Amino acid sequence: MTTAGPALELSSESPGKIAFRTLVRDRRTWIAASLLSLIVALTLAAPFYAASISKTDPFVSTINGTFILDSKEIAVLQQSTEGLGLGVNPIGPTWQIGPYFLGADNQGRDVAARLLYGGTNTLLIGFASAALTLLLATILGIVAGYSGRAVDSVISRILDVIWAFPVYLLSISLSVVLLTSGFKWGPISLEAGSLYLPILIIGLVYIPYVARPIRGQVLALREREFVKAAIGSGAKNGTIIFREILPNVIPSVLVFIPLMVSLAMLTESALSFLSIGVQPPDASWGTIIRDGLGLLYTRPLVALLPGLMIVITAVSLNLMGDAVRDALDPKARLRGAF
Amino acid sequence: MVFVLFSISVLVFLIFFATPGVDPAARIAGRNADQLTLQQVRATLDLDKPLPIRYLSMMNHLFIERDLTSYVNRGAEVWPQVTQAIPATLSLVFGAAIIWLILGLGLGIYAAGMRKSWIDPAIGILGIIGVSLPVYWLGEVVNLVTQGKLHDTVFSWVPPLGYVPFTESPTGWFLGLLFPWLTLSILYAGIYIRVVRNEIVGLMQEDYIKTVRAKGAGDRRVLIKHASRMSMIPVVSLFGLDFGALVGGSALLTEVVFGIQGIGRLTFTALQNFDLPLIMATVMYAAFFIVIANAIVDVLYAWLDPRVRVGR
Repeated sequence: MTTAGPALELSSESPGKIAFRTLVRDRRTWIAASLLSLIVALTLAAPFYAASISKTDPFVSTINGTFILDSKEIAVLQQSTEGLGLGVNPIGPTWQIGPYFLGADNQGRDVAARLLYGGTNTLLIGFASAALTLLLATILGIVAGYSGRAVDSVISRILDVIWAFPVYLLSISLSVVLLTSGFKWGPISLEAGSLYLPILIIGLVYIPYVARPIRGQVLALREREFVKAAIGSGAKNGTIIFREILPNVIPSVLVFIPLMVSLAMLTESALSFLSIGVQPPDASWGTIIRDGLGLLYTRPLVALLPGLMIVITAVSLNLMGDAVRDALDPKARLRGAF
Repeated sequence: MVFVLFSISVLVFLIFFATPGVDPAARIAGRNADQLTLQQVRATLDLDKPLPIRYLSMMNHLFIERDLTSYVNRGAEVWPQVTQAIPATLSLVFGAAIIWLILGLGLGIYAAGMRKSWIDPAIGILGIIGVSLPVYWLGEVVNLVTQGKLHDTVFSWVPPLGYVPFTESPTGWFLGLLFPWLTLSILYAGIYIRVVRNEIVGLMQEDYIKTVRAKGAGDRRVLIKHASRMSMIPVVSLFGLDFGALVGGSALLTEVVFGIQGIGRLTFTALQNFDLPLIMATVMYAAFFIVIANAIVDVLYAWLDPRVRVGR
């Protein structure tokens, strides 16, 4: 999907406007944007759904609970009919708007309501950690690329070390250490089990993935005529960074946004699946998949649906990422998430 | 190389023993340990000595004496545990790598060749779905299909979850790893399809391709002989990193889901138990593989890209 070549040279529009028009004309943008808005709207409706439709608290286990279906009272957890008839199975999907539309999990909690609540957390962590990564990585990349020499080599060495550390090992190590004890450092204090911990951890481990390409870009920009001219005319470093460097780095950062959100979301769900991400009583799509493991062969929907939501969200984000990349910066690359 | 390995060992050590607000003794002793137990743990594990001394002593036992023992299973040496887990992980990663390279390169090159037809976007969607599938969830879905109700009929030939060594039963080894291979390779196949396709499409606009075309080479020859070969350069570096990381333990989600006792699972158990000697051994082993993989990538670069050989 290349932009129209010769017509651009005659146009007096700014590159930003042209990129925006390309993006708006791209069918992928619309498919991705509608899917994403639908998912965000659904997850934001979670409190409403729990209060008015499912009418159960999705964070309290109701092992001995009952509910009314077709004017009959039904137990949420029912005696198993398979094998020796020992143990209980949670109720399956009723497929009727009301309580337990998608059934219950092994603690008798409404799966549909938890799915929506879990989505809120997964998306929140995805967006927040991507924002943290992009902010810090852009600052580090620009500082390293623009300062050169000692500052650059210190920052680059640190980034190299984190880069050589497999991202899952690093995030799991940090999660294992921090999740049960919390994090206290100077004025920053995060409680154990807080949602901010996964955000912080995921936000930090992906910094080299973005900072390295940005540093390279800034190094190249420094050699360009317009930057040399600005330096030669005696402009202050701050002015050069904000007026000359930053505007040229922003397109790459924009390309990284959807890809990083998708990566962060997948990482969060993997950590939660290993029970070292979002902590109970909070839920995320990853923790629901984990809860559904014990029910995999009896009530497979509990584990299948959150995974399906993750896939739909990640596909939309990656589609959006492709569209943004084609509109803005065909050369932008991100390891592991092209 | 040595610098990176050294820094990683220090980083791991600091994460586990110098994170503000974390008491390693309390973690090792368990949730409700009393003061006396805590003191005993500190004394037996030398946790009351200064950090640099403990670090040096651990490195000495890990690399020079090679007799470092676990914190959790007292007396159990860590290196034998690592070497026992290697064959399972290597089997898993090698098989998956073959599948994802065939799929990734094949479909990527095919999509680039079919740029003007519907096949290119269709393969593009496949690639996007591949990179968007959480591997552990895909593994559970595969388990549901092959180990669930269909296990009595269509999938009765699939052995129960777990790893069977090749030396014990080659067919059991193959059948047991088939679905883990497919599951693990889907994500990477997705990545490689996208990289190869985008790289070739980019290269097609380069001057050297125009020269080759002007000399009268056909589409197929340009695609296979010239563009695909150059597109292998980023693929090689990507493959080196991915392969190194997977052999080093990044396949842990696949290993956990399919019950394969490999490096990833070993690392994960060690992390959960706060068993730092074992963590240190597995992480150093992982970092070693990644660093070696990077070095091999540099050599392959020179072989693939003539510009590097003459020093650009």
